[in-house]
Amino acid sequence: MSQVRVLAGTRKGAFVLTSDGKRQKWDVSGPHFAGWEMYHIKGSPADPNRIYASQSSGWFGQQIQRSDDGGKTWAPVGNKFAYDGVPGTHQWYDGTAHPWEFKRVWHLEPSLTDPDTVYAGIEDAAIFRTTDAGATWSELPGLRGHGSGPHWQPGAGGMCLHTIILDPSDPDRIYIAISAAGAFRTDDGGATWKPINKGLYSKYIPDPTAEVGHCVHHVAMHPDRPGVLFMQKHWHVMRSDNAGDSWEKVSGNLPTDFGFVIDVHAHEPETVYVVPIKSDSEHYPLDGQLRVYRSRTGGNEWEPLTKGLPQENCYVNVLRDAMAVDKLDDCGVYFGTTGGQVYASANAGDTWEPIVRDLPAVLSVEVQTLQ
Amino acid sequence: MIRVELPAHLRTLARTGGMEVQLDIAGPVTVRSIIDALEARYPMLSGTVRDQVTGQRRAFVRFFVCAEDWSHESVDVPLPEAIATGREPFMIVGAIAGGADRLS
Repeated sequence: MSQVRVLAGTRKGAFVLTSDGKRQKWDVSGPHFAGWEMYHIKGSPADPNRIYASQSSGWFGQQIQRSDDGGKTWAPVGNKFAYDGVPGTHQWYDGTAHPWEFKRVWHLEPSLTDPDTVYAGIEDAAIFRTTDAGATWSELPGLRGHGSGPHWQPGAGGMCLHTIILDPSDPDRIYIAISAAGAFRTDDGGATWKPINKGLYSKYIPDPTAEVGHCVHHVAMHPDRPGVLFMQKHWHVMRSDNAGDSWEKVSGNLPTDFGFVIDVHAHEPETVYVVPIKSDSEHYPLDGQLRVYRSRTGGNEWEPLTKGLPQENCYVNVLRDAMAVDKLDDCGVYFGTTGGQVYASANAGDTWEPIVRDLPAVLSVEVQTLQ
Repeated sequence: MIRVELPAHLRTLARTGGMEVQLDIAGPVTVRSIIDALEARYPMLSGTVRDQVTGQRRAFVRFFVCAEDWSHESVDVPLPEAIATGREPFMIVGAIAGGADRLS
């Protein structure tokens, strides 16, 4: 019998939610790491009992925790993230040069094949890797060393590397995204990187079509179609059919195309989910109605999904790493809110229900499908 | 024997089981030697009190010594005898202000 394990990171701890394949009754364990900000928790595709968690605190800094038993017990591993060489500077909010400073780990992406290898996306933006199960971390300096690095600047949430996508068909190809520098790709295992932002238009930067400077909020890919990417930018939902070499806008009939999350159905590569947010100055759903929008056409044509979601007086946000899908049939879709709800749909979004509703603000949601 | 009082989050992280930990330090008892000994005994506390790269005290961590804020003193100044003999604890405190940061 299949099982589903949902890993929810919140502002005040981590929660592990488990159910059988019916996804009707959920057990909740937690808070793990009570009182700490849990930016991201993700399991290894190569060993589902191996889970990595990013634990941080404005007082006491960064920890990385590792579980080898599916989240029952945890142990701290290495937490030293030292930039390679002299870090140099990037742009600050006011345009002045600001030294690169480590603040926290936003995203952990375990290798598709090796449980001991994990990539970490950090603030101030850089990508690190461990190959010893988290004991030590080393920067892949080619990204930050890209010629544009001194011109990167933080978005409202800080200068974070928040998205890491590993190409299952090519171990040397990795996509990352940074707020507010944009998306980048390596084709040589992380040695060199190039910006992949052609087609993005951001009217809030001096050159709206600049090579870097775009506030990309999240990127998603279906593993069967690794060259097709979907992006939720600050404003605009975008699509690329050539591994990011160029992008086209697929916002279509969305009521607003600002938002943070984006994800792809586990079995239908052209079915995409977003949660439209009113605007960059009002981070909550339009008209107080929490609606997931689904496109079954790879963008442009979107339908609102409302059944089971609050349709009045709802002013929560859904943050960029807080949506995930399971691999069951029907595909399950999950997202967490800043109001502490984790909503689940066991039928690809047709109907929803909160599987837990009073957690601290949810920062991230990941799902493991267990056999 | 040096007594070190830790804030709740660090006690949980290090699984110390009590409010205080006790450390043996050979040589001068200073802020630096106390934190060196603390991190040696509890490696998971590395980076929580001082930055692992710069060695600087984290901004929202304070050191209290015999009812005085010692945070801005040199980390190499010998601490009072009451600390060195264990009569008083060396207190590592999370500042009341601060901690939160941008999240969206």
